[in-house]
Amino acid sequence: MPDVQSTVLEFVNKLRKRKIEGSQATAKCTVELLRSVISQQRVPHSNQASALIDAVKAVGEQLVAANPVELAVGNVVRRVLHIIREEDLSLATAAMAGLDLLDASDDDGEDDNCKGVGYSAMSAAVAAAAARSTLRPPSLQTLLEGTPESAAVPYTSSSGADSESKTADKSSITRKLKHDVIEGVNHLILEISGCHEQIAEQAIEHIHQNEVILTLGSSRTVLEFLCAAKEKKRAFRVFVAEGAPRYQGHLLAKELVARGLQTTVITDSAVFAMISRVNMVIIGAHAVMANGGVIGPVGVNMAALAAKKHAVPFVVLAGSHKLCPLYPHNPEVLLNELRSPSELLDFGEFSDCLDFGAGSGSPLLQVVNPTFDYVPPSLVSLFITDTGGHNPSYMYRLIADYYSADDLVM
Amino acid sequence: MGAQKKGGARVSDDSEEQSRQRLQAILLADSFTTKFRPVTLERPKVLLPLVNVPMIDYTLAWLESAGIEEVFVFCCAHSTQIIDYLETSEWRTHPNLVVRTIESHKSISAGDALRYIYEQQTETSQIQGDFVLVSGDTVSNMPLADLIQEHRERKKRDEKAIMTMVIKKSKPSLITHQSRLGTDQLFIAVDPLTKQLLHYEEDKVDHARGSVCLDKSLMESNPSVLLYNDMQDCYIDICSPEVLSLFEDNFDYQHLRRHFVKGVLVDDIMGYKIFTHEIGSSYAARVDNFRSYDTVSKDIIQRWTYPYVPDINFGGNRPVKLGRQGIYRACDVVQSRSAVVGASTVVGYGTKIGNGDRILNSVIGNGCSIGSNVVIEGSYIWNNVTIEDGCEIRNAIVCDGVRIRAGAVLEPGVVLSFKVVVGRDFVVPAYSKVSLLQQPMKEDSDEELEYADSSSGTADRLSGLSLEMESKGSELGPDGAGYIWEVCEGAHDEEWKHSVAPIPEDKLAEITQAMDDYDDMEDESVVPTSGELKSDADSINTDVNDPCDDYGYFEKEVEGTFLRAVEEGIKVELGVLEINSLRLSYNMESADCAGAIFYSMMKLAVDTPHSSASELYKTASSIIAKWKGLLGFYVKQTDEQIEVIMKFEEMCQETAKELGPLFAQILHVLYEKDVVQEDAIMRWAEEKAGADEADKVYLQQCETFIQWLKEASEEEDEDDDEEED
Repeated sequence: MPDVQSTVLEFVNKLRKRKIEGSQATAKCTVELLRSVISQQRVPHSNQASALIDAVKAVGEQLVAANPVELAVGNVVRRVLHIIREEDLSLATAAMAGLDLLDASDDDGEDDNCKGVGYSAMSAAVAAAAARSTLRPPSLQTLLEGTPESAAVPYTSSSGADSESKTADKSSITRKLKHDVIEGVNHLILEISGCHEQIAEQAIEHIHQNEVILTLGSSRTVLEFLCAAKEKKRAFRVFVAEGAPRYQGHLLAKELVARGLQTTVITDSAVFAMISRVNMVIIGAHAVMANGGVIGPVGVNMAALAAKKHAVPFVVLAGSHKLCPLYPHNPEVLLNELRSPSELLDFGEFSDCLDFGAGSGSPLLQVVNPTFDYVPPSLVSLFITDTGGHNPSYMYRLIADYYSADDLVM
Repeated sequence: MGAQKKGGARVSDDSEEQSRQRLQAILLADSFTTKFRPVTLERPKVLLPLVNVPMIDYTLAWLESAGIEEVFVFCCAHSTQIIDYLETSEWRTHPNLVVRTIESHKSISAGDALRYIYEQQTETSQIQGDFVLVSGDTVSNMPLADLIQEHRERKKRDEKAIMTMVIKKSKPSLITHQSRLGTDQLFIAVDPLTKQLLHYEEDKVDHARGSVCLDKSLMESNPSVLLYNDMQDCYIDICSPEVLSLFEDNFDYQHLRRHFVKGVLVDDIMGYKIFTHEIGSSYAARVDNFRSYDTVSKDIIQRWTYPYVPDINFGGNRPVKLGRQGIYRACDVVQSRSAVVGASTVVGYGTKIGNGDRILNSVIGNGCSIGSNVVIEGSYIWNNVTIEDGCEIRNAIVCDGVRIRAGAVLEPGVVLSFKVVVGRDFVVPAYSKVSLLQQPMKEDSDEELEYADSSSGTADRLSGLSLEMESKGSELGPDGAGYIWEVCEGAHDEEWKHSVAPIPEDKLAEITQAMDDYDDMEDESVVPTSGELKSDADSINTDVNDPCDDYGYFEKEVEGTFLRAVEEGIKVELGVLEINSLRLSYNMESADCAGAIFYSMMKLAVDTPHSSASELYKTASSIIAKWKGLLGFYVKQTDEQIEVIMKFEEMCQETAKELGPLFAQILHVLYEKDVVQEDAIMRWAEEKAGADEADKVYLQQCETFIQWLKEASEEEDEDDDEEED
């Protein structure tokens, strides 16, 4: 078992040097790293949950700082934190239910653990609902449940409280929390690695016979999605915009042809000309923001505008690890990265334009090579995640299910 | 069969062994030159900040991400500073990269350094196989693993292939024959198939003739040779262990290129070969002088070196945020609302920018405080610099801890070393280098080592100096501190080449001019006082390519020639010869000559002291009488004569208004002396007849004269006259 600290450093290093790319790969690495962090973390007898949370947060901060543009890292860290909180909560409610039973059996009312008094008055279900309301922003559902407002139980005190209960339970609860959390994280790993299949399963409902699908750049999710429809004997054609300047569309076209799909490669600038023949635009997202806006490969906004103009559905595929609980208006959130101009221009050919020895010495030639594009939610017709299709306006609600409000600011 | 099998097995073993070998690099943390003086007297070059990050961090970060596992940092000058830095930096605990330091104070060149490593090698055998040889001022993002693999495979096929050199395409300037990194234009010859380096030339190229000398045998032994003049040597070499032993064998090898590469290319006894590898999309450059410091900094800001850019934390640096227009700004910068921070600028942590400042194309370090109404353009301000109100800084490098007092001006190309104080309202002249340390008496590369002995020594020296300075008064104004270094005679002309400032327009014009002159000499082999005239031309500072300005130049030169002819009493024929040669070199018509000569004559007349108009008239007519031969040579055609009259008119209107009232009289003199013919005057009068009233002033003045002329011709030719009337 390698030292966790060194694996963290190594991963941080990879992120910094931009050696690991693609949100799925990053997400997978991050969650596996966090699992080993959790399993190696020694938990104290009291406040185990907060100890785990602190440990995960500490590592998470390093990872996010290493490559703030890769939003999947932050998403996964928040997901793991959410899992810890949820597991802690369910353990707490279970313990309380146990206490209730204890109260019920001990008719004498021999009730010497002072902290338990408050809880025993409440049913376990009510406590759980109350605790959940602290985790999630108020929604119609929680309001309708009609829980008493008084029971705002902070989650840390709940774990503190149960640690002061029976000493015999303590060690087992400790082990159980960690065990449950790791169980939950494993579940998350499965979810991330299986998101392509989950999304691809829905392909048959969206792609119909003889349709023309346009996509831009390269995305594994899109590839699987298209191939799944193909496997179900749907005959359709794919237009691939090449995705300058990295030309990942070329790679996608190669893969599609290898799988036997009818493929046409077009330049990015031909998207508008071709859009009238297209039945649906399908794009893989880099990240989906809480307002339903999409961060995708550069050029996507143009495709979305073209689709809007011709009333062509603009569909975004995103695994749940790409759902980001942040809003794009926040200036702290870094949404884009400028890469090397060498992807656009040949340095040797343009070296005389970059000779600062003559003239005013100020660079007259600037090259801007952004990696990503932002598509506002109004241009998106549908999101397909591993849980099904959603409207852009529903994304914030979906995100609230995955993340805890306490973790939004790390 | 058996033997063959064995051989095969051994080869596969070898390849396994080689792939298991650790990838190693030797990093020379000393440039063994004095190009960065006086800054390098106090701090080693590899620790100088390049866009707020020490240069060595770029090199180490790149080596690490290129898969190098072990780096030997060879420290020489200021070795303690480098070792201290590496100890405290994150490289010490890096999981993938082991950084070891080798210290030697005796080495004065790269050759010495490699010999020292070779000696150590015999005891410790640290370097196991092929290694990457770079210097600590390299900025690159090229991948190395494939290149090393390529080198190894080539080495396996050919024992003699001991080195692979990295080159990158980069066009040199056509005017200065200098690469954008400020190094001389490089000529290399490469075998197009094998990429073997056949010839390497960077200094002995005759640019004026545009010729390179190649060895004849080069053509004999190679069926085809590719010659490049647009390649830049990146100074990144993949070397086999033989390179070290070659240095040991040839104890006179000092410089990696000048001695080693040329030595290997010339030597046929050993038959060692050097190969080249051209990199396409990756970036690689070496900070060799102040010019390349400027260029590489701008490349980093423009992100050619991605991911080694200021907004990414690549090796211990604090990333700053990238805004629009390529402005990198740390999050805690305090900037006044009225300050303008322009494109391609970096501002570091804890820096304060005052009211009305203008900062363009510059890099500002951490913890600087900049007063109000300061102008900073194209400059590099390092850390903790204080700039007071109203300073102007253009294309300068300002090191740590400098204080620039209110109203001071730094002209282009200035380098202020550590902790210099520039006095109030003091103007630091262009290209000067200022340091608290006094300039060493003679240029000696040992000097740098002497200063490097111990930091305490330097401190003593510093305190001693400051005392001395107080008594003596500073060279930087009454409240300043620092010595302006003398530039040694030979290097003075070269100063503009390697400074951070862009090459001034007039310098470029001068070079173009010199090239043109050279061409002229080739053409005609007439050398008419060109030296003198050229210096004259420089002072006017105009662009030669513009035709209008060209005439201005020409006129000035003609005037100069004419005045000299008057002063020295040169004969008319010789004057004609000189002006003819000028005419050819400027590609002028003889009408232009006539105009210019007449202009010179009249100017002389006006410039000669006179008290009244009649006196002026007398001087003018005597000058015309004396030099009519010279003028007459160019006014044989009517057109040329008209040109003279027009010129005269123009002069009267603009430059020499005194001549205005005398227009008719002088025209008469010209007619008398046969400089202008009757036809010319008549045609001029006809042309002018349709002009505006304002333009007709002189025509009206000469009305009587023209009338007289007409009458004179009437007598001669009555028939025509009748019809005219």
